[in-house]
Amino acid sequence: MDTQSKIEIAGLRKQFGDLVVLKDINLSVDEGQVVALIGPSGSGKSTLLRCINLLVTPNGGQVRVGADSFAFGPGTKLPGTRALANFRAGTGMVFQHFNLFPHMTALGNVMEAPVTVRGKSKAAAREHALALLAKVGLADKVDEYPSRLSGGQKQRVAIARALAMEPDVMLFDEATSALDPELVGEVLGVMQKLASEGMTMVIVTHEIAFAREVADRVIFMRDGVVVEEGPARQVIDAPSEAATQAFLGHFHRGGAAQPVTGAAS
Amino acid sequence: MYQWDFAFLWSYRWLFLNGLGVTVGFTVAIVGFGLVAGLAAALAKLSAFAPLRWLAHAYIEVFRCTPVLVQLVWFYYALPIMSGIEISAITASILALSLYGGSFYAEIIRGGIVSIDPGQPEAAAALGMTPFQAMRRIILPQALKRMVPPLMNQSIIQFKNTSLVSVLAVPDLLYQGQIAAHDSYRPLEVYSAVAVAYFLLLFPLTIIVRQGEKKLSTSD
Ligand SMILES: Nc1ncnc2c1ncn2[C@@H]1O[C@H](COP(=O)(O)OP(=O)(O)OP(=O)(O)O)[C@@H](O)[C@H]1O
Ligand SMILES: [Mg+2]
Repeated sequence: MDTQSKIEIAGLRKQFGDLVVLKDINLSVDEGQVVALIGPSGSGKSTLLRCINLLVTPNGGQVRVGADSFAFGPGTKLPGTRALANFRAGTGMVFQHFNLFPHMTALGNVMEAPVTVRGKSKAAAREHALALLAKVGLADKVDEYPSRLSGGQKQRVAIARALAMEPDVMLFDEATSALDPELVGEVLGVMQKLASEGMTMVIVTHEIAFAREVADRVIFMRDGVVVEEGPARQVIDAPSEAATQAFLGHFHRGGAAQPVTGAAS
Repeated sequence: MYQWDFAFLWSYRWLFLNGLGVTVGFTVAIVGFGLVAGLAAALAKLSAFAPLRWLAHAYIEVFRCTPVLVQLVWFYYALPIMSGIEISAITASILALSLYGGSFYAEIIRGGIVSIDPGQPEAAAALGMTPFQAMRRIILPQALKRMVPPLMNQSIIQFKNTSLVSVLAVPDLLYQGQIAAHDSYRPLEVYSAVAVAYFLLLFPLTIIVRQGEKKLSTSD
């Protein structure tokens, strides 16, 4: 395996029952790189992202993030809950529907994992959490419960919550898809800032313009395989595969990309 | 025309208080043990280990689908014959009523846990929490809020069910009432007083539960 890259996926396979969702996926992401995963609904983008932090257990292949690597398939032992938890603590994930903890304030959400998982002192966790909430522009919302925050604010808290574990990589699964159009910008802004600070990121997105702008590489998936990958502008402006051309044809050129098919995501 | 006379009840006050103490003590015991049994059965039923799930399922259905009075009598008369171990009426009563309550608590607790959005444990796992940490810090605190009113309701039913132990001659409030009724030949006054005593204890509790429910429904 290439030891330079931050994330290395080799021969990854996943099926749910008889449905094969990922077929032999190979992927490597260098430190500080931003990779955008695009593709039609059901192509396996979320499943691939969830395999990177092992929220979904692959049926075969290898997954490495930083120095931790796991192999899957016949004859390999599944990692135990401890090993899994340790592994996941080093990767941050942001979900389409935020998944904030509703019984905790914004500050409580961000402090929770450092205190519970890392055993950090409350005072130190609080200080770090306040700094992170300020960084995502929510210094004035630290004591609010999620139910009193807008979608954009919720997603920014969720980003701060993931960052609180000081992850090596950040995974975003359609972080802006559940937001009203006028709130998308504030979340993309935070993601762009993270990218410019050198965070290694894998982003599943339908924001084609954002992917073109921020990502170093774009990967187009369909039916569980990588159809095309390359430098963001090259894949988006001049896709070489017919399937990629057809998919990108569904998006308006330029402006905020919206799928015109209205496919459920 | 029947001449009501409640004054004589005063001379039985210690008997009644005694019975009341036994009733309240029994309630505390069977609610406590019942919650432990219920939580264990709920977690077993949610377990990834199939035999544990079947065991919990069998326990819950057996106790929910047989009358509690039959369970009480069975534990007192049949269990000793089967197991060869003598058990006192009090032990049999606590065992039967706790397990009976536990089977209902289990479904309430399980229902509370599964009602939590799966995105919650997923977010907890993504942050590096173990399943145990996620249960304790994320799922149970949210589920508890939804579980408390039905758990309180079930506990009120448990309170009333303690009156059944009088059939095994456990000296609870109802049993002491029977003694006083035989002794005074005034069952009308005695049983009315017993009913009033249960009511005075339970009615305030139901009001508390209802207010709790109202508060929860507005806070969500
Ligand atoms: N837990 C699961 N059990 C069974 N099938 C699943 C599960 N998760 C995903 N699938 C199936 O796997 C396929 C790929 O799903 P996935 O969510 O990875 O697609 P996606 O590319 O993220 O799509 P979308 O753009 O709609 O989010 C779909 O057919 C989906 O129905
Ligand atoms: Mg998806």
